[in-house]
Amino acid sequence: MIPAAFDYQAPATLEEAVSLLAGDPDGAKILAGGHSLIPAMKLRLAQPQLLVDIARIRSLAYIREEENQILIGATTTHYQLESSDLLKQICPLLPMCAVSIGDVQVRNKGTIGGSVAHSDPAGDWPAAVIALDADLLLIGPNGERTVKATDFFVNLLTTDLQPGEILREIRIAKPSGRFGESYQKVPHPASGFAVVGIAAHLELNDDGSCKRAKIGVTGVGVKAYRAQGVEAALAGANLDDQTIASAAAHVCDGVDANSDLYASGEYRCALAQVYTRRAIQAAKAV
Amino acid sequence: MKKAINLNVNGVSRTDEVEPRVLLVHYLRDVLGLTGTHVGCETSLCGACTVMLDGEAVKSCTMFAVQANGATVTTIEGLATDGELHPVQEGFWECHGLQCGYCTPGMIITAAQLLERNANPSREEICHGLEGNLCRCTGYQHIIEAVEYAAKKTAS
Amino acid sequence: MPTSYVGQRVRRTEDPRLIKGLAHYVDDIALPGTLHVAFVRSYYAHAKINSIDTSAALDVPGVVAVYTGKDVAKIGPVPCAGALPGLKVPDHRVLATDKVYFVGHPVAAVVATDRYAARDAVDLIVVDYEDLPVVTDVEQAAAGTGPVIHESFGDNIAYKMTAGEGDIDAAFAAAERTVKQRIWHKRLAPIAMEPRGVLARYFPGEEELTLWSSTQIPHLMRTQVALMIGIPENKLRVITPEVGGGFGSKLNVYAEEALLGWISMQLHKPVKWIETRRENIQATIHGRGQVGDIEVAFKNDGTLTGLRYNVIADLGAYHQLLTPAIPTLTGLMLSGAYRIPAIQINITGVFTNKMATDAYRGAGRPEATYVVERALDLVAADLNADPAEVRRKNFPGKDEFPFHTATGLDYDSGDYEAALDKAQQIAGYTQLREEQKKARAEGKIMGIGVSTYVEICALGPSTAMPAGGWESATVRIEPTGKVTVLTGTSPHGQGQETSFAQIVADELGVSINDVTVIHGDTSVVQYGIGTFGSRATAVGGTAVYVAVQKLKEKAEKIAAHILKADASKVSFEGGKYSVTKAAGATAATGSSEPVYPVGQGPAGALPEPQTEGRTGLTIAEIALAAHLAKELPPDTEPGLSATYFFEPKNFTFPFGTHIAVVEIDRETGDIKFLRYVAVDDCGRVINPMLVDGQVHGGIVQSIGQAMYEEVVYDEQGQLITGTLMDYAVPRAKHVPNFELDRTETPSPVNPLGVKGVGEAGTIGATPAIVGAIVDALAPFGVKHLDMPIKPEDVWRIINNDSSRI
Repeated sequence: MIPAAFDYQAPATLEEAVSLLAGDPDGAKILAGGHSLIPAMKLRLAQPQLLVDIARIRSLAYIREEENQILIGATTTHYQLESSDLLKQICPLLPMCAVSIGDVQVRNKGTIGGSVAHSDPAGDWPAAVIALDADLLLIGPNGERTVKATDFFVNLLTTDLQPGEILREIRIAKPSGRFGESYQKVPHPASGFAVVGIAAHLELNDDGSCKRAKIGVTGVGVKAYRAQGVEAALAGANLDDQTIASAAAHVCDGVDANSDLYASGEYRCALAQVYTRRAIQAAKAV
Repeated sequence: MKKAINLNVNGVSRTDEVEPRVLLVHYLRDVLGLTGTHVGCETSLCGACTVMLDGEAVKSCTMFAVQANGATVTTIEGLATDGELHPVQEGFWECHGLQCGYCTPGMIITAAQLLERNANPSREEICHGLEGNLCRCTGYQHIIEAVEYAAKKTAS
Repeated sequence: MPTSYVGQRVRRTEDPRLIKGLAHYVDDIALPGTLHVAFVRSYYAHAKINSIDTSAALDVPGVVAVYTGKDVAKIGPVPCAGALPGLKVPDHRVLATDKVYFVGHPVAAVVATDRYAARDAVDLIVVDYEDLPVVTDVEQAAAGTGPVIHESFGDNIAYKMTAGEGDIDAAFAAAERTVKQRIWHKRLAPIAMEPRGVLARYFPGEEELTLWSSTQIPHLMRTQVALMIGIPENKLRVITPEVGGGFGSKLNVYAEEALLGWISMQLHKPVKWIETRRENIQATIHGRGQVGDIEVAFKNDGTLTGLRYNVIADLGAYHQLLTPAIPTLTGLMLSGAYRIPAIQINITGVFTNKMATDAYRGAGRPEATYVVERALDLVAADLNADPAEVRRKNFPGKDEFPFHTATGLDYDSGDYEAALDKAQQIAGYTQLREEQKKARAEGKIMGIGVSTYVEICALGPSTAMPAGGWESATVRIEPTGKVTVLTGTSPHGQGQETSFAQIVADELGVSINDVTVIHGDTSVVQYGIGTFGSRATAVGGTAVYVAVQKLKEKAEKIAAHILKADASKVSFEGGKYSVTKAAGATAATGSSEPVYPVGQGPAGALPEPQTEGRTGLTIAEIALAAHLAKELPPDTEPGLSATYFFEPKNFTFPFGTHIAVVEIDRETGDIKFLRYVAVDDCGRVINPMLVDGQVHGGIVQSIGQAMYEEVVYDEQGQLITGTLMDYAVPRAKHVPNFELDRTETPSPVNPLGVKGVGEAGTIGATPAIVGAIVDALAPFGVKHLDMPIKPEDVWRIINNDSSRI
């Protein structure tokens, strides 16, 4: 219940945060909403020396539409995303994903940046940002760089973030033309994390057929991933039930599915297939 | 190394020096003596510690007091105004929404948030809104009825 | 009896403090100079302790002391009250000495000036463990093979016991048909929302120790802790402030409670320990933990002729207060709601390297109800009969009570068929079966489960209880007319501050607001037994009721004397004694106004009631006269107070019917409730709102057991479900809308006619839920599934894969 002692800094700017992080690359940790980090600290599974609180940097929490892009600041809370009228119109996948996270208290405090940077294998946001083919803007001692969401998640709780780097912004190409989106999730009955979570973004032709599909998957493997087999099977296809079902069957291709007390790998894959199908059905119906 | 914090709790301005690791819930309970906010788990899953922070329900066990610097906090003790129960408090009393009472403060704060955002929630919306709060006594039915009561009361 | 409160949905008087956040649980009590305790607990399930190095911990600023097993050898063992013939009782010390026996076993206690320092020091205590082979498999333990936990016992069998009446062998030999099923009852964690906690304060001058503890049994704890730490019982005061749920987990005397008292006596400071949720799942008792074979003999027409249950009970490494006794309650309840001429239970209680099992809501009775009800479903399936009709056929008739069972009990009263009829009617049972046929034809998977249960409540006659089964009450009227009730029960959410006040207010014809119910302080309240086993209202409420009658007898005598009338001419109505029956007197008109308006009351001497020429006196006036004692009948003690200790002659036997309807997602195995109907009969109802609340909560704990909850240890005895991340307690979204109703068959065991309802939901509901799921899956050839039934289990059945079932 009680974390080990640490020092705490609340920098006013991101640049200051970067330099604080650089001062103690091994012992310092970024604190945003704290909803992954603080429970781990209370169980003493994490014992950072220094917490650099970026949630107080007001300019880091925003949802903006700029030209053809949607820009989301790293410390934007799940609730801000869930309740954004702008996003409900232009990118409903984000609010749909947000509202499925944890509970209202967690969503009020937890941030999209924290969740993405933590890369929990059962976290929801990684699936969504992958399905939206987001660019992640990172800032570090050597300046800024951009990483594709699909490249960002490296392994279990491991991302492409280098020591000293901070996730600054999530950039999403504003969906255009006819499209449909859905996030479908099986929450763990105790933790609320995703046993499986499927984020679907479909670009549709005028006749309702699929121009291109992007499917993000969480909960199944050690990290969130893009279900390329499903995407390939849907590209250019008519979205009839049979096509969707056979496409969804590819969702776990090449993935060694997680197994735990609640769900074996085999069952998880079966769930992933069902939920992939349901996500595609729901997305196409939008 | 202690840090100075300054916050407004239930309408009273507070200034204190706290170790960074002091959880907000411990600050409220042990430093300010506001023991209505409870601790029921370690993993941010039971919701007994829920308070309002700048108008948003948060779990005060998953937050350090230093993070609340500058914030306005309302705990269960501050929910009633001028001695008049908040409609949700009244609903819990009328509908027997509590038994042992331990989850109740967090449940009431969360329900108050729910009604602020959705004045007329369906049963399903109430259940979704209370997802972050565990109750082991009531079986939830009377809690749901209490929230419905409060919604009606607020509307009239 | 006037009934202006009893039977009504009276709002709880305890609620205002709770909804305002102004109530005090143990951790809310702050005493100046309090030291905080944190425990080093074993992370091995079974290991030898070679050495413990506490030096680094003692160097932590703020750390005052560290105690290990050697330091506390003078504290007596943690008590076990379950005295069974031949029971092996391990020497259960408050801190581990040579060995640790389960994950969470306390090894050392750190005392520091604040809880943060205490927690830091825990990490610096180095324990050198030597790993020992672990016993987790109960069947191996029962077979008497494999490594032995307590070496001196030679094996891991704590006791064996056989009970029951009738010729069971003959019943099976002559059986026209039989069914048999192996059934698991997994371990459950009670998860009271408030974890345990103790605050101890010793005054060395007065030589008095006060323990604030989150317990259900303040007086029993006082006795036991006094014996453990060697303080005179009358120098130990146990206070249970607000208690945040118990469910049996606080019907116990734990190592930490005695240890904290002892530490305070060593250090002459208040000391506090508040359990974390991880500690709570590791080291607070678990419930259930049985595996057994249920066998039923029956005739071709469905008449039951015999029932046998061979069961292994997973007791854990040590006995807690009632650990070995819980499976014996299972044995008592095996007749269910049925006429079964021969019943036998064969219990083998075994030690394992796990936390002790003990009473969890229902405590042995849910296990019995569950196996009996599952067996009835198997009988119905075997006969291709409707499960409700098989049940109905075996009910004793309503005029057959008291009904003697082959488990040695005499059921007090009942009308089982009426409850079944009502539940079937509310559920629209016939129509539901039609809908099910239709749903199946459409490829849907829908099931209906029926449970017709009986439970044992009002524990209980003292002959059947380890430490007395009576309950006590004092009712007194203060000089200002306020009524004080002292109950030996220890309510912690059940609402007896209200329901007992309802009883008293009606009996005295006063406002409920003038009645205060006090409990949970051994220095204020006469000795009592506590709150558990659905006993508080039936036993404790009866004590209150009888105490009020005693008080009224005295009040009547005083009234007659003052009114200068013969006692036989004095009547009591509406809170008033009158010489002639008061015409048009309204029932219970007592006002909640103080007898004397605030600020206008007497300074010093109380004004004497104006009695001259009166034809009637209120109970408050009599109370004042009784205290002023100027106008009492000869040989009458001053004051107006009565105490009663009620010894029940029997248990009570509530019953009911629960019907669950579920639908299953064919693709995912997900289970959804369509309906849940419960008709419970708990005898006469004091406050229907409280009864509904008890039933709701109990059913949801059953939903937890049936579908989500399981304490899991792996083969190494590691606790896999150690936090609420893994141990799934039901949330609002997991539960259906309950349709409740009641029948009301008064109990003849007590004058109130009440039976008890605290455990009905956890006893009656699991068979209905599992029955519904199994019924849904019957087309797949399923006859039984063990709880918790998870979507994957269902999915495997639908996909014809029984590898995990």
